[in-house]
Amino acid sequence: MKRLINLTPSKGGRWLLGLLPFLLLAMIYLALSNARLAENPNDRLLPAPATMAQTFYNLATEENVRTGQIILWADTVASLERLLIGVAISALIGLSVGIVNGGLPLVRAKLSPLVTVVSLIPPMAILPILFIAFGTGEMAKIALIAIGVTPFLIRDLQGHALRLPDEQLIKAQTLGASSWQVLTRVLLPQLTPRLLNATRLALGTAWLFLIAAEAIASQEGLGYRIFLVRRYLSMDVILPYVAWITLLAFLLDQLLAWISRLAFPWYHAGEGDTS
Amino acid sequence: MSLLQAKRLEKHYGRHVVLEGLDFNVEAGEFVTLVGASGCGKTTFLKILLGTESVSRGELRLDGQPIPGEPGPDRGVVFQKYSVFPHLSVLGNVMIAEELRDSKLLGKSFGAARRRARDKAITRIEEVGLGRALKKYPHELSGGMQQRLAIAQALMMRPRILLLDEPFGALDPGIRQDMQSLITRLWREQQLTIFMITHDLKEAFALGTRLWVFDKTRHDPQAPEAFGATITYDLPISERQPPEDLPARLAARGIQTLAQETLP
Repeated sequence: MKRLINLTPSKGGRWLLGLLPFLLLAMIYLALSNARLAENPNDRLLPAPATMAQTFYNLATEENVRTGQIILWADTVASLERLLIGVAISALIGLSVGIVNGGLPLVRAKLSPLVTVVSLIPPMAILPILFIAFGTGEMAKIALIAIGVTPFLIRDLQGHALRLPDEQLIKAQTLGASSWQVLTRVLLPQLTPRLLNATRLALGTAWLFLIAAEAIASQEGLGYRIFLVRRYLSMDVILPYVAWITLLAFLLDQLLAWISRLAFPWYHAGEGDTS
Repeated sequence: MSLLQAKRLEKHYGRHVVLEGLDFNVEAGEFVTLVGASGCGKTTFLKILLGTESVSRGELRLDGQPIPGEPGPDRGVVFQKYSVFPHLSVLGNVMIAEELRDSKLLGKSFGAARRRARDKAITRIEEVGLGRALKKYPHELSGGMQQRLAIAQALMMRPRILLLDEPFGALDPGIRQDMQSLITRLWREQQLTIFMITHDLKEAFALGTRLWVFDKTRHDPQAPEAFGATITYDLPISERQPPEDLPARLAARGIQTLAQETLP
């Protein structure tokens, strides 16, 4: 018998093993749901999968009588727009500040303590300030995402810039590079794939702030919907919405991973990771 | 006038003296090999030449001018590793030198300037025998090929001095031999002036025209940092054979080199 650490599943077996926990969870849910529905057919807490599918289908196809919009798509577009704009702004700020902070000691000395302090402020605590400053429109929600994500990106990129071997910066100078050229031709291209990587990690946080902001003040959006129907205990809306958000988050993550692999093959070879 | 001149050159960090009493003249076209125990200041000396470390006392002149305080295109360098840019292909790594000069703002050239840079780079790349790997990225190259690339890159600028910090230290013996003949050939063809740190005494004799041994001449057991290393031997290598008793003389001074036992 081999040691446990040396036993690896076969390729097909890995799929099955990965699927197993999901099946188990689904079965537990079904059992509980059936038990409750048998007692009370109008139970709202653990709706049957068919009910959820029907509700989700309705949300995705039927126009809202009042607004004339299809609720699911209106929510999805509104949420994704906020999320993507917020993350894009963060990425842009994160990359530029990360590069100058990592590459220019004079700037780092000034900005680095500020970034550290700002990154320690819990963004949710300043949400009221954002609502007061920007009103309850889109601006406040996007600002919350940007404030929540940017410091993390800056610190990650700055750290990576500092970990680049000194040899490379010296080499660039012996090839006649100016400071600007070192930043744009040595640091920028090497930090861009790192930015994609860090953004993937930050997406979870971005979703958190998005849902929170939508829950508090909004007229549409995935988070808004979930918190709205909570009043009616509409688990048949909430559960499919959570699954939908999870799927969107997964797709975004995979999209970034795919772009990174395609555009920066040297980065993934160097890191020894292909995920 | 000599290419490089040092007068009573010293380097210390606070009270810790690393180098002291360096006096030398190096003419253009010399190939100086530097050996000495680990931590005796060879690399510090190279960093002073490179401009990343400053001179504490005395003076060091390149072409009669004090050596600049930062790296520049007149001094090329090849490190033991991390010498090439991982995000650029072989061609990109060598072209970048020309591109940086052509385009101050973008650092990238286009059109005719790009073709010119490309042709120039390909000549350099073919000199080091990487003509068939133009499109490859450094991670796809072996250690020896990466060092060839680093040499091609450094020679693009036609530097006044080429600094090599144990460039072949991490390579297999067979590949090391190839690299040695490559560097000898390039040195002859392009009349380079080379400073090379090595741990391998045999290599130092095989390549150089002049051998410097770095060591401390004074030693205070109570305060090991009080005295720095200096050039204890400055040997012209003409017959390309080490003096019979050199290993013994070096060993007597406590100088360890990896290849001491391989000497005749």
